[in-house]
Amino acid sequence: MSSRQFAIQFTVNGQSARVEAPPLKRLLDVLREDLGLTGTKEGCGEGECGSCSVRMNGALVNSCLVPILQVEGSVVETVEGLTVDGELHPLQQAFIECGGAQCGICTPGMLVAASHLLSHTPYPTVDEIREGLAGNLCRCTGFIKIFESVISAAAKKGSQAHAR
Amino acid sequence: MRGNPESHHFIDAANLDEILALLAKEPGEWTAIAGGTEIMVAHAAGRLSAKKLINLWGVPELSNIVVTETHLSIGGGVTFNQIRHDATIIAEFPLLAQAASWIGSIANQSRATIAGNIVNGSPAADAPPALLVYDAEIELISHKGTRRLAYSDFHTGYKQSLLLSSELVLAIHLPRHHEQQIKYLRKVGTRRAMAITKVALAGTASSVHHAITRIRIAAASVADRPLRLIATEAALLNEPLNESTLSRARKALWSEVRPIDDLRSTAEYRKQVIANLLDEFLTQIARSSPS
Repeated sequence: MSSRQFAIQFTVNGQSARVEAPPLKRLLDVLREDLGLTGTKEGCGEGECGSCSVRMNGALVNSCLVPILQVEGSVVETVEGLTVDGELHPLQQAFIECGGAQCGICTPGMLVAASHLLSHTPYPTVDEIREGLAGNLCRCTGFIKIFESVISAAAKKGSQAHAR
Repeated sequence: MRGNPESHHFIDAANLDEILALLAKEPGEWTAIAGGTEIMVAHAAGRLSAKKLINLWGVPELSNIVVTETHLSIGGGVTFNQIRHDATIIAEFPLLAQAASWIGSIANQSRATIAGNIVNGSPAADAPPALLVYDAEIELISHKGTRRLAYSDFHTGYKQSLLLSSELVLAIHLPRHHEQQIKYLRKVGTRRAMAITKVALAGTASSVHHAITRIRIAAASVADRPLRLIATEAALLNEPLNESTLSRARKALWSEVRPIDDLRSTAEYRKQVIANLLDEFLTQIARSSPS
């Protein structure tokens, strides 16, 4: 395997992707540069701020710390995958309604981390939300509106489930 | 300056044997990378000196937690997410589950591995104090076979250890104690999440009639390595918990810690806080002790 280019196949938001990249290239850069998925943002580039959060094989990861070689055969979900057929995810809707997004840089990471939380904890307590989003920094909202957005989305999802 | 991925050679091997053969063939040439929570940070900042990297992420021989009659064994590639959610660890080694839950964020915990936390060698690392109080053993593997050491002997200085360049951490073994123990773990950092430790103390103890019959104490960020506090333990073992024992324990503690001033804290603050944490642990023992 050369250090120059490495052919890799994985799944992004349900679609198969094949790229050639240096094996140490960051998943973040492959998503943005090779696949045009620019929803995932780079903040700190060192795993502290969470703006590059994506899910990989069902785990929440910082895509700035994942070398592409390790993504071979994986299932990756980015913020673009939250919207299905043009319909916003309940979390995206709630962020709009509750003022959970301001400048927008942290928002994709917040949405992915929050959707990860709700995937295993559908009705989180405020403490669980705080912990679930502790790796995602926001310098605009003061976090409270983000927590409210997650609570609102969880409640809405619950009422939809009951309605069915 | 941003690191260039093309300036590093990074390969995947077919299996663990192939990785070990390569480490033996070109000693010191290869750096193993698993979750990347240290190495990718250095890479992004353009300060990754390792030119040749070999992938450890997902190696099956390193990825499991195994429970036997006598031990719980954690593969070197086990993540902190696995550790904090493992039922046996939560029940029998709760301090380790708690330490795992304090490491970085959820996204860091799903990638950071126990071997990475150990081999990186930071005196501030979260897992080592818990491992030390649970009498952990560390098993290393090379192309020649395996060797098993007391974890308390593993770190030999600042970022120095007994690990050879041909070796990897195969597993951490924790002996299972079934008796009830008093347990203590406290981390002091700047904030609750994503914080690197200023001072941390872990302890386990058993006591009968207000005398300590078994005790283990370990600390982070008070020396050049994660430190088991042997002298402090000796000052407390088989002693009644009274003022003079507490004063001797504090003296022993201060004789064996070597805190420093750095960007996170000062030696003076660390010296005071580590003593306060010890007091808190001993108070907890006194309260839990059946009279």
